[in-house]
Amino acid sequence: MSYDKRKSGRDFDEPRQMDAKAGVVKRAVGSAWFKIGKTEAIAAVYGPRELFPRFLKNPEKGVLRVNYSMMPFSSGSDRVRPGPNRRSKEISSIATKALQPVVDLSDCPNSVVDVFIEMKQADGGTRCAGICAASIALADAGIPMRDMVGAIAVGRCQDKIIMDLDYYEDSHEDGTDIPVAMLHNSKEISLLQLDGNISVEQFQEAIKMAQGTMDKIFEVQKAALKGKFKPVKE
Amino acid sequence: MTEEVKVKNREVVIPGETLAEGMGYLPSFGTYREGEKILASRLGLVNIEGKVIKLVPLSGKYLPKRGDTIICMVTEILMSGWRVETNSAYSAVLNMKDATSEFIPKGANLTKYFDIGDYLVAKISNVTSQKLVDITLKGPGLRKLYGGRILNVSPPKVPRIIGKQGSMVSLIKQHTNCKIMVGQNGIVWIQGEDSDMELLAVKAIKKIEQEAHMPGLTDNMQKFLTENGGAPQ
Repeated sequence: MSYDKRKSGRDFDEPRQMDAKAGVVKRAVGSAWFKIGKTEAIAAVYGPRELFPRFLKNPEKGVLRVNYSMMPFSSGSDRVRPGPNRRSKEISSIATKALQPVVDLSDCPNSVVDVFIEMKQADGGTRCAGICAASIALADAGIPMRDMVGAIAVGRCQDKIIMDLDYYEDSHEDGTDIPVAMLHNSKEISLLQLDGNISVEQFQEAIKMAQGTMDKIFEVQKAALKGKFKPVKE
Repeated sequence: MTEEVKVKNREVVIPGETLAEGMGYLPSFGTYREGEKILASRLGLVNIEGKVIKLVPLSGKYLPKRGDTIICMVTEILMSGWRVETNSAYSAVLNMKDATSEFIPKGANLTKYFDIGDYLVAKISNVTSQKLVDITLKGPGLRKLYGGRILNVSPPKVPRIIGKQGSMVSLIKQHTNCKIMVGQNGIVWIQGEDSDMELLAVKAIKKIEQEAHMPGLTDNMQKFLTENGGAPQ
């Protein structure tokens, strides 16, 4: 069968509308809100601060700790039960690994930088939206960073390679979901997961497609961070 | 490759943004070189001085530095001193011999000098590579604080609150008749005779914090203070 037209009406290589804002959580050192289509993420950064439990301390450099969680009302179906579960632990771990290559915490040994990602609304691609938000929040918190990290899901639905899967495409019976995170300048991949099956040629095409969207994500992140410092009107 | 600066002076840049191309420029604080390019390694304001490009940070937590004067709170009594909270990732230790010129007898109750919850103006005397911080109270203006109110500000904004040679803080002091101490770690202590004036000083400092990246700040503040009931004493 052929997937001739996307349910959302988008082109096959068209991501959903993106929007972002920095400094949404006043209490945090840095924070951000990132929206892609109906998926919305909030990230807050606390630290560098003292690390507990103490055995996790690294005397060489600071520790980055990311926590991903979905709000109870965020999914379209049943209430998401709060608290850690197998899925959120996995995403916390992969999000840490996606952001680790850019942050430089050598100036703050024995400390921790905590990143909390909360999904306000989920419609596919939550881990990618979470990583995009976390990247803005880390920059907003003044953490030394080599680069920004952008993330987007690409994949396959029936015979077509598609960009930025929403929940419908993600849960399609003949679909493949590939979340990709990349560093903006070098386009090094810091997150790559694959759920489903795909041919090598289609996979390469999908990755190329993801690479093409990174600049777009970077522009959104840039606008969010610069927007925080617009001149104050009297 | 041609030598070219890609950004304007005093522009906000984000990590990974290209600041300049070519080998003619030198990367300084907050920037790094990759190949021919100079890139930003944090969020900040660009500052180009001749051939040197550096960033002035706009946000972030305080990192203890030797020689800084900070305002800190006593959290723990130790064997021979006090542990203080410094509004950073690291706590600091005030040793007995650095605390006072008074003679402290062996086995004395140290809470008689500084109790838990007391605020001190102290100077950082040493920071190790592992970020173990020592502070001292020996020096002009270093003491325990009595009364007043404590205010938290963003540490990168502290230089703007103090101003050139303390011009901004003395402007507020003059207009509100308050005693003000600004710690490098972003803790401000304010004490005044009149609580309305104290609150005006708080408002003024919050305003500086918000508008720290804008030009013409001193004139704006002068206007703000006189409009809100402050008068030069």
